[in-house]
Amino acid sequence: MGSVKAELLRLWKWPATWVLIGVWLVMTLTFGYVFNYLALNGGTNRGDLSQQQLISSMQPENVGAAVVRGLPMFGGAIVLVLAALAVGSGYGWGTWKTTLTAGPRRVSAMAGTLGALGIVVVVLVALTFVVDLGAAVAVASLEGWDWNLPGWAAVEALGAALLIAAMWTGFGVFLGVVTRGPALAVGLGLMWAIVTENLLRGVGSLLGPVESLTKVLPGGSAGNLAGAVGGAGAPGVLTDLSGTTAALFLVGYVVFFVGAATVLKVRRDLV
Amino acid sequence: MIVTTEKLTKRYGDRAVVDEVSLSVRRGEVYGFLGPNGAGKTTTIRMLLGLVKPTSGTAEVLGEAPGTPRALLKVGSLIEGPGFYPYLSGRDNLRVHAARRGVTGTHVEAVLEQVDLVGAASEKFRRYSLGMKQRLGVAAALLGKPELLILDEPTNGLDPAGMADMRDLVRALAAQGQTVLLSSHLLGEVEEICDRVGVISRGRLVAESTVEQLRGDTVLLVRADPIEKAHVLIEGSTLHGDVLHVRETDAGALVRTLVHADVDVQEVRPLRRTLEEVFFEMTGAA
Ligand SMILES: Nc1ncnc2c1ncn2[C@@H]1O[C@H](COP(=O)(O)OP(=O)(O)OP(=O)(O)O)[C@@H](O)[C@H]1O
Ligand SMILES: [Mg+2]
Repeated sequence: MGSVKAELLRLWKWPATWVLIGVWLVMTLTFGYVFNYLALNGGTNRGDLSQQQLISSMQPENVGAAVVRGLPMFGGAIVLVLAALAVGSGYGWGTWKTTLTAGPRRVSAMAGTLGALGIVVVVLVALTFVVDLGAAVAVASLEGWDWNLPGWAAVEALGAALLIAAMWTGFGVFLGVVTRGPALAVGLGLMWAIVTENLLRGVGSLLGPVESLTKVLPGGSAGNLAGAVGGAGAPGVLTDLSGTTAALFLVGYVVFFVGAATVLKVRRDLV
Repeated sequence: MIVTTEKLTKRYGDRAVVDEVSLSVRRGEVYGFLGPNGAGKTTTIRMLLGLVKPTSGTAEVLGEAPGTPRALLKVGSLIEGPGFYPYLSGRDNLRVHAARRGVTGTHVEAVLEQVDLVGAASEKFRRYSLGMKQRLGVAAALLGKPELLILDEPTNGLDPAGMADMRDLVRALAAQGQTVLLSSHLLGEVEEICDRVGVISRGRLVAESTVEQLRGDTVLLVRADPIEKAHVLIEGSTLHGDVLHVRETDAGALVRTLVHADVDVQEVRPLRRTLEEVFFEMTGAA
């Protein structure tokens, strides 16, 4: 489809795409491996992680969990920013105007954007897996551990990672379309992903209904799915819901965000 | 007919920004859509492209409803300045647009050539001068050989040389039979390159005709000595200060009459109302 190809071409050549992916990869390496490796070798490990847990988190066979662990909050924030920028800046640049007068229906144009963003997200998760696996193998070899390649559990974890990333991408697209600009979309999105839900969780410990609600909010569902597939030990990861429930909520959010953004895009005047 | 609108109207709140506009663009002509700032030109054009939905009235573009793929694929447009990705080169921007339009890459080179941007095609759009950006916009509009080219103020922000280049480009396209709808607030521009004009003011189409018709009949200006004698000699002439205005087109006969009557003729020339005067009269902007 021409729209996907067009959108992919411009996302691929967009420095912001690679800057954000690069930042994410550095973050996942640093927090997933570098710090843990340093902690293991003479760090002052007084936290809740035992040495055995540190080792386990860096084992190559647990690389799936390492990938999914970072996504509910920081990885999610990164793909949200990418999506919000990709969709929102088209209003200021006037590229939406060019896109919507090119020929394809608005639904197709929107599908092109979503499809291309989807491909970018798959690439991001795949790169995360490759980089994390490389780091895990490097650590295991350096330390002389016996290690195994990841098994089927990693597939499940990667599937969860993709669903979580898709939800945050949809959120970013939705915000970009609603606010018709990159700045407010990114601001609101980051605020939500990093601040608002955490504040609500704080309030939740005082108020029961709020606590139940936080479990099923976008970040809460993402955190619960990550927790259910073994991604413990990172900010935003929760274990209040079953994996299936959390996954269903995430699918619901994806459908809502993508659907609402598409309906708005198709219906609204572009001025 | 390439474009027809029937009482096309767009309201924002209770203000009609475009008010019952019925216009028509014919195949092969350059149609000038003329009006002062805020008259409703861009809004009308947006409705022709399906970017904005009319409040009431209808429009047809090449026999199709505006904004449908069948209409859009036959129309190339540049609305209120070019909209491109700043971080991509001119060529890559056109490639992206070509992919959306379903046009092959070879055509990209052809349109770059047409607007004389081959040399700067690999530079980032962000670094283009205003004139280059505008020309890239026209190049994108030309992708896919559209039957109708809609250019909304294509000379906006250009220096005189850039404006002249843009006009030459439009004239060259028109010479090949390209139908063009061009909006402008510059009378000279419309006068120079358009076959027909629609004048819009405060949302209403106040006139639509050829440039000549709009100007009205030709009047001759006569400067002679003694002027009073000339005034008496020429029937139907009116005295304006020290010159006569004569609604007469045969300048030769007029001069012979005066010379035979021993009147010195100093100057005889057609006094054409400029489009500017007509325009100000009609839009009430004077
Ligand atoms: N989305 C909108 N909401 C409210 N008013 C609008 C909107 N879009 C345009 N207008 C108003 O409609 C009027 C016509 O605008 P339009 O852009 O069509 O004029 P124009 O003839 O293209 O003018 P210009 O020569 O300055 O480009 C303006 O007064 C403008 O303020
Ligand atoms: Mg305008």
